[in-house]
Amino acid sequence: MANEVVDPGRRRFLTATTAVVGGVGVVAAVVPFIKSWEPSARAKAAGAPVTQSLKKIEPGQQLIVAWRSLPVFIVNRSPSQLAALPKQDPRLVDPGSNGTSSDQQPKYAQNATRSIKPEWLVMVGICTHLGCVPDYVGEMKAEPFDPNWQGGYYCPCHHSRYDMAGRVYQGVPAPKNMVIPPYHFIDDTTVQIGVDPQGAA
Amino acid sequence: MANVFSSIGEWVSDRAPNLAPTYRKHMTEYYAPKNFNLWYYFGSLALLVLVNQIVTGIFLTMNYDPSAAGAFDSVQYIMRDVEWGWLIRYMHTTGASLFFVVIYLHMFRGIMYGSYKKPRELVWLLGMLIFLVLMAEAFMGYVLPWGNMSFWGAKVIVSLFGTIPVIGGTLVEWIMGDFLPADATLNRFFALHVIALPLVLLLLVVLHLAALHEVGSNNPDGVEIKKGPKGNRWDALKPADGIPFHPYYTVKDLVGVGLFLAIAAFIIFFQPTLGGWFLEHDNSIAANNLVTPTQIKPVWYFTAFYAIVRMIPSALGTAVWGVLGMFGSIALLFLLPWIDAGKVKSVRYRGTGYKVALTMFVLAFLGLVMIGTDYTDVLFPKLFGSDIDITAWDNAFGRVMTLIYFGFFVFLWLYTHLGWEKTKPVPERVTTHD
Repeated sequence: MANEVVDPGRRRFLTATTAVVGGVGVVAAVVPFIKSWEPSARAKAAGAPVTQSLKKIEPGQQLIVAWRSLPVFIVNRSPSQLAALPKQDPRLVDPGSNGTSSDQQPKYAQNATRSIKPEWLVMVGICTHLGCVPDYVGEMKAEPFDPNWQGGYYCPCHHSRYDMAGRVYQGVPAPKNMVIPPYHFIDDTTVQIGVDPQGAA
Repeated sequence: MANVFSSIGEWVSDRAPNLAPTYRKHMTEYYAPKNFNLWYYFGSLALLVLVNQIVTGIFLTMNYDPSAAGAFDSVQYIMRDVEWGWLIRYMHTTGASLFFVVIYLHMFRGIMYGSYKKPRELVWLLGMLIFLVLMAEAFMGYVLPWGNMSFWGAKVIVSLFGTIPVIGGTLVEWIMGDFLPADATLNRFFALHVIALPLVLLLLVVLHLAALHEVGSNNPDGVEIKKGPKGNRWDALKPADGIPFHPYYTVKDLVGVGLFLAIAAFIIFFQPTLGGWFLEHDNSIAANNLVTPTQIKPVWYFTAFYAIVRMIPSALGTAVWGVLGMFGSIALLFLLPWIDAGKVKSVRYRGTGYKVALTMFVLAFLGLVMIGTDYTDVLFPKLFGSDIDITAWDNAFGRVMTLIYFGFFVFLWLYTHLGWEKTKPVPERVTTHD
C-alpha cells in the first residue's frame, strides 16, 4: 500500500492539530457553564430606586432601608456628632475622601460630611473590608474597642471602625470609607435613593 | 453451601484476576511499621468520619430544601418533625467539627514525625489538597441552613475574593450569582456540597492512600523500614519491622474507633452545640440581609485563619493583605517538604531548635484560635483588669501569634538550609523491634 511508510512529521502535525481543535472545542463548551454562574436576568432586574420619608427620624437616630437588597443607613446626625467629625481627621485613612476613597461617593457628596445636607447621612451600610453591616454606635462615650469613641460604626466581623461620616479609621482591616449611594432630596423631608440630583449626573 | 460460595469466588476471580492480589497488596500484605502509636489513629478516624458525613448527608438531602425561601424552615422541620431527623443532623454537624479535630491531629502527626519528607511529598500534597477541599466543603455546608450566621459567613468568605485587584468585584458576583448571597448562591453551594466536592474528596482520598501505599508508611522514629533488614514472620523478603495492616492495624484502629464513637456519641446526645463551639447560637435566626449578627465569627476550625485576616490591617487602599496572609498561611503548609531541608524526619532525633519552633508553632495556632473565637475578649479583662483597651491587646497578641506562625516557616528554612540543626543519631531500626 502507498502509505505503508510512516511519516512522523505528518503524524505529529495531525496529532497536534487534532489536540488544538479538540481543546478549542472543550474551552467553547466550558463557556456556557461558567456564564451560568453570573447573576441571572431576574437578579439584575431587582434594583429600583427607594423613596423614604425623613419626618420621624430624630437627631442621633438611624433608619435602615433596603435598596438593591443592600442596607442603606439614613442618619439624622446631631450637632455634637457633626462637630466631632473634623476632630477625627488625624486618625482617619482618607479624611477628605479624595485619596484611596475618591470613588466611594458621588462628586456631590465628596465633602467634609460626605453628604448633600450636613445633618443627613445616606450611606450603603456595607463594610468595605468583607461586606458585613457595621453596627451603629452613635453615642460619644468610651467603648471597649475605643476609649475615645466619638460616635460612628463598628463592624462586628473583623472589628473595623468608621466615624459618623462612614470614614474608616487607621489600623483596621477595612481599606476605604463606606459607599455613599446616588441619592437626592425630593423635598425637605423625603429622600430618594438610587437617583442622582438633577444636573449632577 | 461452601461449594456455592467458592464457585462464585472462582467465577469472579476468573473474570477479575487482579482483585484478590489488589486486596492483599493494600490489606494483608501491606506491611506497616510495627511501632505506630496513638497518633496513628487519626487517619482511619478521618475515613470513618468521611463515611459518617456521606451517609448522614444523603439522608439530610431527603428532607432539605435548597431554596432561600425554604432552606431555614426545612432544617427546623428536620430537627422537629422528621423521625430521628435531629439525630441525623447532629451526627452530621458533630461529624463536621470532629472531622477537623482528627484532620488537625493527623496533620500535626505528619509534621511532628516528618511524614511529608522524601519520599512522601506526594502523600503530603494530596493530603493538603484534601484539607483544602474539606475547608470548601465545610464552608458550603455551613451556609446551607440559611441562618443569619450562614448568610453573613457566606458574604464574608465570598468577599475574600473581592479584595483581588481589578477582577474582585466581578468575581464575587460570579461566585454568588447575585449581588449578595441569595437563592442562586444557596442552590449552587448545595450542588457543590452534596455532589461536586464529595466526588473530588473521595478521589483525593483514594489517591492519598494509593500514594502512601506506594512508598509505605512513616513511623514515630522516622526510619525507613524498607531500608532495614528483611524477613518477617509472614514473608522472607518484606521488612523485618513491618506487620500486615490487616489484621494487626485494623484491629488496633477498631479500639480507636470505639473510643472515638463514645466521645462523639456523648457530644451528639448531651452537648450537640458544645456551648456554641460546634453549632453557633445565632444560626437559629433566619438569614437577614440587613442585620449582621453582633457576635460573628466562624466555627472554631476556621478561626486561626480568620484571626490572621483580622490582624493584618489594610494598606495602600486595599484589604488584600489580610487575605493574602490567610491563603499564604495555608500555602506555606503545602510547601513544607521543600521549606524543611532537614534529613532527619522524626522530632525524636531533631535539633532542639526544631522542637522549640514546633512548640511555638502549635501555641501560635492555638493563640490564633483564641483570638478568632473571641475567647481573648473574655480572658484578657480577667487577667489584666476590666479597664484595658481590648482591641489594642487583641491586636498586639494576635499580631505576635501571626508573626510566630509565619516565623516557623522562615526559621525552619534557615535552620535546615544553612545547616544550623544539630540532630541526634537516628537508629538503624525502629526502637521497639523484637
